Amino acid sequence: MADGEYVLEARGVLKIFGNHVALDNVDFGLRSGEVHALLGENGAGKSTLIKILTGAYQPDGGGIYVDGAEVSLDNPLHAQTFGIGTVYQEVNLLPNRSVAENLFLGHQPRRFGFVDFRRMEADARALLANYDLHIDPSSELGTHSVAVQQIVAIARAVQLSGKVLILDEPTASLDRNEVERLFEVVRGLKARGLAIIFITHFLDQVFAIADRVTVLRNGTLIDTRQLDALSRTDVVRLMLGKDIAFSGATDVEPSETPDEVLLEFKAYGRRRSVLPFDLTIHKGEVIGVAGLLGSGRTEVARIMFGADPADQGEAMVNGKPTSLRRTTDAIRHGFGFCPEDRKAEGILGDLSVRENIVIALQGKLGWFKALNRDEQLEIAGRFGEAMDIRAASLDMPVKLLSGGNQQKVILSRWLATDPAFLILDEPTRGIDVGAHAEIVRTINRLREDGMAMLVISSELDEVVAYSSRIVVMRDREMVAELRGKNINPGVIVQAIANHTDEAVA
Amino acid sequence: MKRSLRPLAATAAIFLIAYAVSVLQFPGMLSTRVLGNFLTDNAFLGITAVGMTFVIISGGIDLSVGAVIGFTGVLIAVLISWLGFHPLVAFAIALGVAALFGAAMGVTIHYLQVPSFIVTLAGMFLARGGASVITQDSVPVNHDFYSAISDLIIRLPGGGRLSFIGLLMVAVFLLGALLAHRTRFGSYVYALGGNPVSASLMGVPVARTTIQIYMLSSVLAALAGIVFSLYTSAGYPLAAVGVELDAISAVVIGGTLLTGGYGFVLGTFVGVMLLGLVQTYIIFDGTLSSWWTKIVIGVLLFLFIVLQRIIFAASAPGEESPEKV
Repeated sequence: MADGEYVLEARGVLKIFGNHVALDNVDFGLRSGEVHALLGENGAGKSTLIKILTGAYQPDGGGIYVDGAEVSLDNPLHAQTFGIGTVYQEVNLLPNRSVAENLFLGHQPRRFGFVDFRRMEADARALLANYDLHIDPSSELGTHSVAVQQIVAIARAVQLSGKVLILDEPTASLDRNEVERLFEVVRGLKARGLAIIFITHFLDQVFAIADRVTVLRNGTLIDTRQLDALSRTDVVRLMLGKDIAFSGATDVEPSETPDEVLLEFKAYGRRRSVLPFDLTIHKGEVIGVAGLLGSGRTEVARIMFGADPADQGEAMVNGKPTSLRRTTDAIRHGFGFCPEDRKAEGILGDLSVRENIVIALQGKLGWFKALNRDEQLEIAGRFGEAMDIRAASLDMPVKLLSGGNQQKVILSRWLATDPAFLILDEPTRGIDVGAHAEIVRTINRLREDGMAMLVISSELDEVVAYSSRIVVMRDREMVAELRGKNINPGVIVQAIANHTDEAVA
Repeated sequence: MKRSLRPLAATAAIFLIAYAVSVLQFPGMLSTRVLGNFLTDNAFLGITAVGMTFVIISGGIDLSVGAVIGFTGVLIAVLISWLGFHPLVAFAIALGVAALFGAAMGVTIHYLQVPSFIVTLAGMFLARGGASVITQDSVPVNHDFYSAISDLIIRLPGGGRLSFIGLLMVAVFLLGALLAHRTRFGSYVYALGGNPVSASLMGVPVARTTIQIYMLSSVLAALAGIVFSLYTSAGYPLAAVGVELDAISAVVIGGTLLTGGYGFVLGTFVGVMLLGLVQTYIIFDGTLSSWWTKIVIGVLLFLFIVLQRIIFAASAPGEESPEKV
């Protein structure tokens, strides 16, 4: 491969945060006129690589080359001058201003020192016509759908940079038709010779639009391949690093079918979040949820818990129809939820271990039944011991604990409320091996005690180890339910990759 | 109608209705004299409110403006009466001092990432304290230039007078509207109020714009101080206490969103006039305590905040977007 082949290239890029190597000697090359998909699970290093390519981060080793010449990109605006434009998942435009102003902000045409609105709007109309978008350029951007805003963002990026376009999960909040619309735009740009990096979690979309794919895992480059030579299963295998030949049924006994139904969800779903699903959960059952990131795993947990209320279907708790509109409804019915993003949504960093443990119980008791300090200490102490929380004191701020211990604190918080149904979203991510084992042990113990659980995890071996049943999510849809002897990581990978509706373009 | 225009339309409608009702009750209120005095009596508030409009559209707040008016009044009075400067020189010095003061606040807000509320609160104490250190008393200004300015009036049929300071306020409003709606600086101000992260990713010079916004606000407050000095012919350290709150009220009643990103300079003008109308009504009535002004302003403010909330929540974009892509 000749050097001049790539418009934008990263060679041997290294990025270290503290003592964690986020990117290790990664090579990446982008040709003009191609759509290049960048894939990898959370923490694989995708966003770090993108931030280096857009100048938001500086690499600690290796170099960035534009048209074969080494460049140093100081910030995203500087990258723009080399023709590199980015469109982020969350539209980074100004919803309060007009479409035209969003296209030209900072570059508005002027007459006698004043902004020439007539010309700006005419230019905007002409520009948007290239994208087959016929909207009033003087209308407020925020009144348009996210898809239109994305196209405006793309138009701005292409207008200002015009060589490389980086699309960072642009489809995450679009529905099917809108995605198709966006893809037409992307195809048009590709035909005009732009080099496009496309990041997504949706495999279907990768196969629908991309020419080549680069897979990262744990900060290292796994491979860059021509997409037409790959099957879905190949791609999933590259991403998860699971060998399908890996086999062996699990040691989960096709359990003494617990027959007492606790929860029943019928055609339960939420627009733009999860397609309607049916799921019955028995007492003493652990439902594992498998799927790639962005497949709707967390969304399922959130609508079950009422964090994002469902807008269709019905839920039954103990056989009675129940409305789960708010998290307090769910808690009243004995639900508990340990979210994926521990730092942002789980722990209250500045409060003590004790306060973090009792807070959900206190919430359940209400305003007038305050737990006094002794009761709090008793409860916190009990769980601290049962869960083996390693803290110097129950009064130290929880943010000073390790990730594993924080996770145990959150688990204790819900266990203190004596839940009937516990949802765990990625309970073992980013924690050390010891705490990992402790949490898996706790899950098994709770199941034996008759608690129902829904556990989301990317660690297939782990899901297999403790689940009674496994549901597989793909593209916001519950696509398979695996039970008993069927369960092994190979089958799960196939279920994730399997594809039935449309043929690969 | 654009949703951002609706609160402004509501304010304008309320002003017209309130004025019509007042006129029905006191026909004397429909005279050029009352209208002329409207402008003159509210000139310093109006000029301050123009600066405040920019600050609030950018998502900030400036609590120091009342104190800056007081400080400017004292500074000018001292420069003219005690040190013998010509008023124009004194004015230039006062405006320069205010520009530096505003720039310092802007720098602190941007570079130290301190909320504008805190920084301008500190600025308020500084300016008010500074004025009181210079003098505790009212310092009168007797200068020919002052009488010359007060004589600069346009007589209207019906006994009304358009004073220099009233016209100055109108001019400031017109220039402010041009600046906000027709220049790149104006679009940057709205951009900051809309989403500062997006703004900086889109290449808005965030530091420069933030500093310029607070400079503008302080300079206009100093100009209001000059107007106040012309209006009262004196400088008093405790003058214009609480004017920052009146200015904020006028801005919000004029349809600017307190959270930033939306608003109109000319809306603020209507807001100021509405506040003036309430005061005039109470003077005409004669039996009401002047504290009723505050109660009415409180009710109006509350109404407008609720109104904005409803308008912006009802037409929130996203899921229910009617258009087809």
